[in-house]
Amino acid sequence: MSTELPVLKDKDYASDQDVRWCPGCGDYSILAQMKKVLSSIGVPRENLVFVSGIGCSSRFPYYMNTYGIHSIHGRAPAFATGLKCTRPELQIWVITGDGDGLSIGGNHLMHCIRRNMDLNIVLFNNRIYGLTKGQYSPTSPLGKVTKSTPMGVIDNPLHPLSIAIGCEGTFVARSIDVNIKHLGETLRRAAEHRGTSFVEVYQNCNVFNDGAWSYATDRDTKSDTIIELEHGKPLVFGKNRDKGIRLNGMDPEIVELGKGISEDDLLFHDEKAAEPSLAYLLSRMRHPEFPEPIGVFRAVDKPRYDEELNRQIDAARAKLGPGDLNRLFNTGDTWTVA
Amino acid sequence: MSISTEGLPATTKHVIKLDDATVRLVGDSGDGMQLLGTQLTNTSALAGNDVATFPDFPAEIRAPRGTRAGVSGFQVQFASEDIFTPGDRLDALVAMNPAALVTNLGDLDAGGILIVNEDSFEDKDLKLANLKSNPLEDGSLDKYHLFKVPMTALTRKAVEELGLSVKIADRCKNFFAMGLVYWLYGRDLTATLRFIESKFGNKPDIALANERALRAGWNYGETTEAFVSSFRVDPARLPPGNYNNVMGNESLAWGLITAAHLSGKELFLGSYPITPASDILHELSKYKNYGVRTFQAEDEIAAICSAIGAAFGGAMAITTSSGPGIALKGEAMGLAVMLELPLLIINVQRGGPSTGLPTKTEQSDLFQAIYGRNGECPLPVVAARSPADCFYVAQEAWRLAVRFMTPVMILSDGYIANGSEPWMIPDAESLPRIEIQHPPGVENGEQVHFRPYERNERLARPWALPGTPGLMHRVGGLEKEDGTGNVSYDPENHEHMVKTRARKVALIAQDVPPQAVTGPESGDLLVLSWGGTYGACTTAVERCRRAGLSVAHAHLRYLNPFPANLGEILGRYQKILIPELNMGQLRSIVRDTFLIDAIGLNKIKGKPFAVAEIVAKINALLKS
Ligand code: SF4
Repeated sequence: MSTELPVLKDKDYASDQDVRWCPGCGDYSILAQMKKVLSSIGVPRENLVFVSGIGCSSRFPYYMNTYGIHSIHGRAPAFATGLKCTRPELQIWVITGDGDGLSIGGNHLMHCIRRNMDLNIVLFNNRIYGLTKGQYSPTSPLGKVTKSTPMGVIDNPLHPLSIAIGCEGTFVARSIDVNIKHLGETLRRAAEHRGTSFVEVYQNCNVFNDGAWSYATDRDTKSDTIIELEHGKPLVFGKNRDKGIRLNGMDPEIVELGKGISEDDLLFHDEKAAEPSLAYLLSRMRHPEFPEPIGVFRAVDKPRYDEELNRQIDAARAKLGPGDLNRLFNTGDTWTVA
Repeated sequence: MSISTEGLPATTKHVIKLDDATVRLVGDSGDGMQLLGTQLTNTSALAGNDVATFPDFPAEIRAPRGTRAGVSGFQVQFASEDIFTPGDRLDALVAMNPAALVTNLGDLDAGGILIVNEDSFEDKDLKLANLKSNPLEDGSLDKYHLFKVPMTALTRKAVEELGLSVKIADRCKNFFAMGLVYWLYGRDLTATLRFIESKFGNKPDIALANERALRAGWNYGETTEAFVSSFRVDPARLPPGNYNNVMGNESLAWGLITAAHLSGKELFLGSYPITPASDILHELSKYKNYGVRTFQAEDEIAAICSAIGAAFGGAMAITTSSGPGIALKGEAMGLAVMLELPLLIINVQRGGPSTGLPTKTEQSDLFQAIYGRNGECPLPVVAARSPADCFYVAQEAWRLAVRFMTPVMILSDGYIANGSEPWMIPDAESLPRIEIQHPPGVENGEQVHFRPYERNERLARPWALPGTPGLMHRVGGLEKEDGTGNVSYDPENHEHMVKTRARKVALIAQDVPPQAVTGPESGDLLVLSWGGTYGACTTAVERCRRAGLSVAHAHLRYLNPFPANLGEILGRYQKILIPELNMGQLRSIVRDTFLIDAIGLNKIKGKPFAVAEIVAKINALLKS
């Protein structure tokens, strides 16, 4: 018997809770794209779980009409890990931020990615602590003046994607809150990937760090500061698509097309490269020296922890038979008192 | 070439019958004392004795050889009657080197048997042990029944034909010592020979060497004139049934697997290695075919968080640790209290604070268990009293966790975890099932107004699982409105929720058996104890009663909440004595709860109570 699955619309994924982000916050756009993607891929709402930590982005689960855990600061990947190990059929999204995921929760993020747990992690990077009202975060640039750094930030910022790649990430991507088509497509790719999908989203906190990504979003500048990655295609950018990235030895360099340089001379993107070196190199391309790549940096297939764990359970059962308490109790030497 | 597992004939020498014997085996931490002790224990249990053990080893894996810091010991008491402790004083001490001898001699009774490896008392050995003179020669051992046995030389000789290196040959000397102890107490070699066969089966020459050393030790006792007589401890009159000798951590693991089965759940353990709890992780990881999933997390926090995630998904979720790790789990425990999900948090206590004494026992995490979280954050706390009891405590804790939808803390300790005792094997069919209900989904998947914090008569909320159509809901650490579970900052609601969570835990007192008391129903003195001091307190109270004193004993399993009748019981006695391996944590809580000025007997030495210490305190209290 087959029953017609109800066709769900974006709004069916919205919970009955009022969204409480500041008006104009980049989080709204991500929420909207998420609902759109989920309705398009047709995962039943009851099989979706959103898990978050603490921070503005971590309110996300409350706004989704799915299962959800708003957990504690930085630990969302750990909750999601236990859930996925025991309920592999669920599709689990971890929603985190630059403070939650990279500062207090850095350890969990790292281990979750290296285990290649079959989870989708979306890190909203706004380069600031929003919920606690404006302290610097691990992605705030050097020199940034914030409430907790009146004379400027003096610690080196982290690059989320470099970390994900360093942790053997199998799916690593970047998108931008206002770039909604690209964002939707990136989330869809993340949902489809088996293993940990790590997506960094440039997100504007218009209250505490407005314009942190303006170079990447302003109509006038974005074609020179952003480069869209496409698998198998050369790295071309610029308003007139007249510039590209070429490898000079081990280093990328910006070249102008024409004048003896053709697209064939450029670096070609290969998201499926077995070695992560290219993806890492791309993750190191930072504004203002380089245009910053968006899109899928890396998408490779590797064994997943949750699957391997359950494979071991099946193998043990096939070999030893299912558990039997009386057999358990009689393990080792036993004796009888008459 | 395989070894023979045939035992040896009974001794032809004179045999003296004993009711019980307490033996301690001591040597370097690399000398295999733990193995020797475990084998002697199992063999004694198989012979029908009641047994109780106390392994004691340094935190360092291999402290410098021959030094006092590196001494590792294993004490076992075996008896023809019911016993509850590994014994206070030693009847026999086997010492493999001078450091082991001098650090343990104080516990040997005058006239007690002292067997030493004579070959390890050379000048360099004495120097390593910080000894100025040789105790074998300076008369300091005169009051003991000393046997100087050249174990190293005799072991080398026993395995000489096998052509092993001296180093490997010398490693067999613990089996020589074992053979001699087996002879001394009339023990059958068969079980240990079988152990050698299975453990060293793929290294036939090592198996053969160990077998020869074991037999040589036995023969040495039988043939040497120095040993005139041996001892016999008859089987104990244990209740009829099948028995297995279990260690605390193992029994706890089995209890958890059992609870999972009895409740129709699959078990998930999120854990991070820590002494003395790691053996639970090791043990559980062996039982994958029982549907047991173990996850060695990146840290203590991830360990509990992964377990909470699994609990949300409907698994029987557990996290195991010891005090320092429990401290790290504090925030997540609070979340589990807010989420009102069933979860077992197991603390195998060790000496604290901070890293403290990792391999030594203590009961100093009771405050941490009851109070150690931010906010008003009560959770039920139950404590195991002995290795075999861990099996039942695990099931009881899970029953409470699912019945009341709450995390439950189980307290064990290093003494229980590593100690062992005979456990009467239950019939799995006879164990009570643990009922769990999950709300069913809505047929056509249409949204209903599901209320995740709607409560039943026990104030427990429904355990609705992801994957259930129509019951989608969000949980989180922010205060929530009762019923709907929506985030709420309403002051009235917050007070209501704090009180509701507290009331729910308090209701457990109505759901657990009333506190039992042994001895007089009222009178001069009640000994109130909890956790691993059960054996020492029980033995001490029995001994005092046999001496004609009026003293009662109540041992607590439920520490939060207390059984409903506890206050009434405490009111029936003139004096309440609370022995604890801490500064008086239960005593503070009892004073606070019942306004009773209980008296403490407190020891913070990383060691269990000796029965005599408690007896002395009882005597002193009843005299004054
Ligand atoms: S503080 Fe910033 S990140 Fe947080 S909701 Fe407001 S705009 Fe968004």
